[in-house]
Amino acid sequence: MTDTETITCDLCVVGSGMAGMSAALFAASRGLATVLVGRTGEIIFATGLLDLMGVHPLEAGRLWSDPWAGIDALVRDLPQHPYGRVPPGAIRAAFEEILKFLESQGLSYTGFPERNAAVLTSAGTVKVTYRVPLTMWSGVTARQSKTSCLLVDIQGFKGFSARQIVSTAASAWPGLRTVKLVFPGANPEGEVFAERMARALEMEAQREQWAAILKPHIQGASVVGVPAILGISRSTEVMRDIEKRIGCPVFEIPTMPPGVTGLRLKEAFERGLASRKVHLLLENKVFRASAFPGDGFLLEAGRMEPERTIRSAAVLLATGRFMGGGLQADRHAVRESLFNLPVHQPERREQWHREDFMDRRGHPVNRAGLETDEFFRPTDASGRPAHPRLFAAGSILAHQDWMRMKCGSGLALATAYAAVASAKAELQKG
Amino acid sequence: MACGSIKRSGSDFLDTQVLIIGGGITGVGLARDLALRGVHSVLVEKRDIAAGASGANHGLLHSGARYVRSDPTAAVECREESVLLKRLAGHCIEDAGGLFVAVEGDDEAYVADFPSLCARCGIACTAISTAEARELEPVLSERLIAAFQVADASVDPFHLCLDNISEALELGSRVMLHTRVVAFDQDRGRIRRVRLINDETGEKSTIAPDLVVNAAGAWAREVAAIAGIEMDLLYSKGSLLITDQRLTQRVINRLRPASDADILVPGGTVSILGTTSIRIDRLDQIVPTVAESDHIVETAAAMVPSLNSTRYIRAYAGVRPLVGSKSLDDGRALSRGFALLDHAADGVENLISIVGGKLTTYRLMAEKTADRVCRRLGVDRPCLTAVRPLKSFPANQWTAAGLSPRLWMKANAPGDLLLCECEMVPASAVNAVIESIHSQGGSPSLYAIGRRSRVGKGTCQGAFCGLRINAYLYDQGRLEGRQGLTDLRSFLSARWRGMRPILWGTSMLQEELQEAVHCGYLGLELGRRR
Repeated sequence: MTDTETITCDLCVVGSGMAGMSAALFAASRGLATVLVGRTGEIIFATGLLDLMGVHPLEAGRLWSDPWAGIDALVRDLPQHPYGRVPPGAIRAAFEEILKFLESQGLSYTGFPERNAAVLTSAGTVKVTYRVPLTMWSGVTARQSKTSCLLVDIQGFKGFSARQIVSTAASAWPGLRTVKLVFPGANPEGEVFAERMARALEMEAQREQWAAILKPHIQGASVVGVPAILGISRSTEVMRDIEKRIGCPVFEIPTMPPGVTGLRLKEAFERGLASRKVHLLLENKVFRASAFPGDGFLLEAGRMEPERTIRSAAVLLATGRFMGGGLQADRHAVRESLFNLPVHQPERREQWHREDFMDRRGHPVNRAGLETDEFFRPTDASGRPAHPRLFAAGSILAHQDWMRMKCGSGLALATAYAAVASAKAELQKG
Repeated sequence: MACGSIKRSGSDFLDTQVLIIGGGITGVGLARDLALRGVHSVLVEKRDIAAGASGANHGLLHSGARYVRSDPTAAVECREESVLLKRLAGHCIEDAGGLFVAVEGDDEAYVADFPSLCARCGIACTAISTAEARELEPVLSERLIAAFQVADASVDPFHLCLDNISEALELGSRVMLHTRVVAFDQDRGRIRRVRLINDETGEKSTIAPDLVVNAAGAWAREVAAIAGIEMDLLYSKGSLLITDQRLTQRVINRLRPASDADILVPGGTVSILGTTSIRIDRLDQIVPTVAESDHIVETAAAMVPSLNSTRYIRAYAGVRPLVGSKSLDDGRALSRGFALLDHAADGVENLISIVGGKLTTYRLMAEKTADRVCRRLGVDRPCLTAVRPLKSFPANQWTAAGLSPRLWMKANAPGDLLLCECEMVPASAVNAVIESIHSQGGSPSLYAIGRRSRVGKGTCQGAFCGLRINAYLYDQGRLEGRQGLTDLRSFLSARWRGMRPILWGTSMLQEELQEAVHCGYLGLELGRRR
């Protein structure tokens, strides 16, 4: 790799989390020649649940059952929140397009019309979210109707205890019962891993054995809950097959991240983007980026060192926050990693975090990030776009706290959708 | 069984000889000393063993060299005690050796006097060239101007405290954790009964001791106040930082009058850097701050420049309780020596307070206190702690950084899953720790397990091991209902106090992951609300 390869494109999306993957999909579907560069980002930590809007105002801890009404209230109170720059119709369209895409990749989602769903977590708490993988849906409805349910624990699977879930959730869902089983073929003394079990269950012989082990324990239960191990690329199919074999509905509970729920999203996007002719540079990092005023960008990317040059007319930053690498902090300030764009942030480090980790209001540094104009173009110190064709989407944006507001996926999808629309419009100007 | 007895919420009870208040190194050292003399005690601790300053210091076993100028008596005590402890409690100590180094700009007169001051206290101190010093410890600054070798060592204070209490328990003493004194029922100048409450269970009990020893460390003033006694005690907060790797083989001291951030102590696989000295008024202020961590890093970097760029995994703070005049304003200038206060002078004839002192001289403090206790009880038995080795209890060894992975790999037991992956703590170790907590009358919460092992002390700072261990505890039937969530929240809150001041660089990423899991996914910040 001495002489570097050069790739030319309309839009280079930097970052392979929910925002970056979605942006690449939107761009490719709109006819833009798209390159996606990114390391394995936060997406492998995803629970698979797609949040839209859950909590506002944070200090009151108010939970919204209707996320759209929640967004209205949020935007009214905090007009700088990125949702304030995406019309609800566009947010809906973004969800629709992504869900249709994921379905085409074997990852089906469902949910209540216009309403959030409550999903049982691996700690026995309840998470409010908008769209739920089909493989988790029976759990939502069973919990709602307090249906008698068997929760399955797997011998040697760390961080997941059906007894914990039952014990913690018993008051709201009394009909829960547990059983601990050895996964077929696993050493009963050893450790088992979600990914390996999930890949095993993609094979029919394994499903047959698993169903045979499971069936005698169902007894009076009307539904069976298992940790999220029902396949990776064909999870809906795996679930349906097991349901047929045991004669009762099955649902998954998300496991401690990183689990297979993140892998499913990652693989679905990677497959789908490749088939849509997105030039994928995965496990690649952008080492240097230069922006030319009145012209495009040059980015040097590679695995361990720059191996190729990307010449793109526009760039969409979906590099995430600290985990994704989009933001970096030293003892004095938070910086944007690639273009050294100005970062909106608290004045001093002492103000970054509150004294109590669980403080309902959230930590001020979580709202640090890039400020943009109405077209999702990051602004420079003077408040003008840093570059006419430089865009940003996802969690790197300022004035949001996705972890506390429960709006992470919605934020990623909606801002990617809007930023790509702006990029396309800007590129058409020539 | 204990000589005395405790009656739960009842009216009749038997006498006990000695009630010790406080489960820090002073209290547990005293419990062991007394037990070896055949005097059984009941120790009550309002939180957990080593929960105060005993578990929040450098873990430095002083050769005495640090005090040769400021407090020669303390220096001699340190010299004698450290020699003794290396022999008698060697399993809690790493005899790492130490260096005193001065850098450009440090007081050269202080440097020049150092060898003779050491000699006067009988403390071995060898001058070496700065090149030799940098060969021994390559991370030392190029701007060194002087270096001396001394016999400093590092000690695991948790291990030391736990072995002391375990031996006392084995000899028939008792301990009550999470239990605090609510009232002293006094009559004719004596404490007749002590009323206690267990903050975890809400259970009340009463105890009737012959003698009460207040060994509550920084909280001694509050305990004395319950007896109606005003104590002149000052609080000096010291904060420290833990690096994610061991930076030096030896203890590194800055050769200058005691000041901030001048000691770097290796402890197993990490190094500990500190301290500050900040006068505080209230004990709810024992929290390390952002400003302190910046100050520590910037100051100590003069001695070890890489401290500017190294990764820190946690900060913590302890309080030095100082008995002394209020006119002095630098906490360090007060005596590090200890005070044995007999409150007969205050009108309570069977209450003694033991305050101050340092980890290195804990055995001596316990001896002096036990001598006084025995005299008052009319017991004529010699102190044995200067000759009898401290017994090593296997369940207490898990506090040592780096030990768990070695034992786990050596044992290679199938089915012994790692519950803490950063520090490699297997289920078998967690089980052993749980048993020891039970033997101490505690309940095996995440917090209690964390105090007795490396759980939560690795790079994830509890983000993942907390969940895994909670799941394990439920699975074993040791947790019921929503208790696990309460435990998890308080465990994370405690870890947070140590994370907040060092959140920059890679730690920001770790924090984000933790918050994404615990708040984003599990919604723990939303509490029990629907």
